[in-house]
Amino acid sequence: MITPILARQEGWNRQPEIVPDGEGELLEVAMGPHHPSTHGVFRMDVTLDGERIIKLKPVFGYLHRNHEQLGETMSYLAIMPYTDRLDYFSSLSNNWGYALAVEKLAGIQVPERAEYLRVILAELTRIQNHASSVGFLIQDMGASGTPLMYAFKEREKILDLFESLTGSRMMCNYMRFGGCRVDTTAEWLNQARKVVAGIPAFADEFEALLTTNEILMARTQGTGILRPDLAVNAGITGPLLRASGVNYDIRKVDRYGIYDRFDFKVPLGEHGDVYDRFMLRLLELRQSVRILEQALKDIPEGPIMDPKSKIRGFRPKPGEAYGRIEAPKGELGFYVISDGTGNPYRYRVRPPSFVNLTILEDMCLGQNVADVVLILGSIDIVLGEVDR
Amino acid sequence: MKTIEEIKAAIEAAVPGAGVEIINNPSPSAQHSLLLQRETALAVAQFLRDDAELAFDYLSNVTGVDWLDKEIVEKVKVKKTVTKTVDGVEQQVEETVDETRKRVEPGYLETVYHLYSMAKKHGPLILRLRTANRTDQVELPSFTPIWRSAEFQEREIFDLYGIVYTGHPDLRRILMWEGFKDHPMRKDYVEPDDFEYEPTAHDAVAKRAQEHQAKVAAAQNGGAA
Amino acid sequence: MLGEGIIKGMLETARNFAGSYVSKERLITVQYPEEREALPENARVFPFLVYDGPEWLPGLRCVACQICEKECPPKCIYIDKSADKKPDAAGKPQNYPTRFDIDVSVCMSCQICVEVCPFDAIKMDKQFEYSTDDRFGGLLLDREKLAKSNEYYHQIHPVEANEVDTRLAEERAAAAAKAKAAAEAAAAKAAAAKAAAEKAAAETPAAAPAAEKPAAPKPPTSGGGGA
Repeated sequence: MITPILARQEGWNRQPEIVPDGEGELLEVAMGPHHPSTHGVFRMDVTLDGERIIKLKPVFGYLHRNHEQLGETMSYLAIMPYTDRLDYFSSLSNNWGYALAVEKLAGIQVPERAEYLRVILAELTRIQNHASSVGFLIQDMGASGTPLMYAFKEREKILDLFESLTGSRMMCNYMRFGGCRVDTTAEWLNQARKVVAGIPAFADEFEALLTTNEILMARTQGTGILRPDLAVNAGITGPLLRASGVNYDIRKVDRYGIYDRFDFKVPLGEHGDVYDRFMLRLLELRQSVRILEQALKDIPEGPIMDPKSKIRGFRPKPGEAYGRIEAPKGELGFYVISDGTGNPYRYRVRPPSFVNLTILEDMCLGQNVADVVLILGSIDIVLGEVDR
Repeated sequence: MKTIEEIKAAIEAAVPGAGVEIINNPSPSAQHSLLLQRETALAVAQFLRDDAELAFDYLSNVTGVDWLDKEIVEKVKVKKTVTKTVDGVEQQVEETVDETRKRVEPGYLETVYHLYSMAKKHGPLILRLRTANRTDQVELPSFTPIWRSAEFQEREIFDLYGIVYTGHPDLRRILMWEGFKDHPMRKDYVEPDDFEYEPTAHDAVAKRAQEHQAKVAAAQNGGAA
Repeated sequence: MLGEGIIKGMLETARNFAGSYVSKERLITVQYPEEREALPENARVFPFLVYDGPEWLPGLRCVACQICEKECPPKCIYIDKSADKKPDAAGKPQNYPTRFDIDVSVCMSCQICVEVCPFDAIKMDKQFEYSTDDRFGGLLLDREKLAKSNEYYHQIHPVEANEVDTRLAEERAAAAAKAKAAAEAAAAKAAAAKAAAEKAAAETPAAAPAAEKPAAPKPPTSGGGGA
């Protein structure tokens, strides 16, 4: 349920400022850019009153390579491998988002088998992204190594699947406008079924390892609370939004691809704190397993490419399209304007991590310095996508 | 969800003098958009968010687009009075003459907003705002007071396109560093000559590489002399 | 009880620790470089050029059409087209690359060159150990370093290579059949023309040979910025 936004007074759509207690001096600290918990090169200029945070300004762009302009100088096909490098943890989701936008732009239909393959790969991506993101969160909390390695062990199996299908572990470059690049074999599907069957056991193990851990609960419960009204207004999407209790999953809302055929639930959080986000990712991971089981059972035989779409010399008619998918980190949108030539006139990525960072300061105000690292970890940012 | 015509009618009923215009999208996506006026944009945005039926509470995507000055060459038929000698007598005769005219359609910077509703689960509604020109009148009203999600995205557009959002609480560069002068996403942006060129340079880049190397060689010779 | 969750977690790590002595599945790391895992069939690293037959230069399938050069997203390929033509493996006169460079430090292994190549001339290699301290000498691969035999291709991508070979054989057979048919048709036409020419003896048969379009040589680029 979304609580109606009522408070319309000054500063209603941000967290109220924290007033320092007046004792002692304020301290300004630059956390990062080279800080192990910032998941890349990312800086937070923090103003502290003792241990309490009274101001926090994220500073980024260290990885900026003007991805969007790069896209405007090259052909529609040539952008595809670059989308892998946005959120390098989930390249297949990025491929899908971009392919979806261009398919909307040019009115291309995708064959059934390719749709199933896309769902399978996107959900596998979600599982490995969520597994490693909770692993990193625990790592940031100070549990060095062990939980992260447990998560990576599972991730590795999925990456092996990606490698044997697409040729690359992380930079998959797999989807094309109107389908997918290569077809799977029966062995690959069997291998995938085996891996998927093992994931619930991993989730059980991971939960036994951590969810009732007192230290974890003490550190994360009540930390970094995000109000649902602020979350909606600030355009937060993905697990971060659902942990605040807002039921909004683009797989259910837009039903892009063939998501209307699968039976799955959207887990919701209650408190909107770091612990909810941690738990929500584990629950979503189990729902992804449900989708995968259905998809791997139902996948039909058939072509994987629309015969009308072509690889070279792709020139959509003038127009524009915005396509969005539910990437593991939130709403990943691609906005493409075509002027009828081989390059897009405007190519825009709406990165979920970038928009989700908007409320980093709001969540951190009044918290301790040590919690900043946790809160940042719970947003699950990837700097390749934030900086583009 | 209401159709775009109905939304337009609703806006015009709620905000007098809104002057909303529908921009058609010819592509199969059929995502048409509404062009707002700069003066009334904030009121329209407020209405779209607060109206119980529309309830666009979620601003998903904010994009800048740069449209350069366009030179349009068109052929027009013009009536002209021409002096002619008809049957040996000079006369004033009206004649239609073909004439090619060139006119320059001024370019502008555009901001595109994609709105969805989380409460009603509909969308997208696409809004557009255009600046008066590309050089000095580049102000647009900021939507950050209405939708917080515009905060970083408008900063990004300010950084990369140079649109100035009035009413934005913290308008600074976000991806480029402080002190950077230009706006790199503009179509007429010229990259600085500070590359380390690769051995497989192509066409335009190869030409630039040659120029660069000539410059470096000249500088070295100058330094030696 | 406070601490119950921690103990539960500890038990889980203990189970995994002890289990690693019993079950092989729990040991998932490999001692590279002494131990190596076989790469899957589809694995891709950097492109190479396929040649047929024993000699690399005459056997290159590449006809320097420069499509891959145009489509390459990071523009890491550089091709110079030959001015003359040499017979390829099927005996048809074709252009060939006088220069074919791939800068593997720029290449991002996206496989788009392979997808767009109409001649099955460029394929992905599985060799990934290229580390060197010589940026331009070691990582700028020329056509001699890139050329690898069709047998090697069969070795690294057996299934795909077989498909390519069958397709190429079919195409060549079809082309040969077409050429034969064309030759027969031409012969028939020539005979008819001859007959016609004999009838109208004044006319000279105009045989215009197809003008060979000379390939404009590209301006040579001087070396890299590292110079």
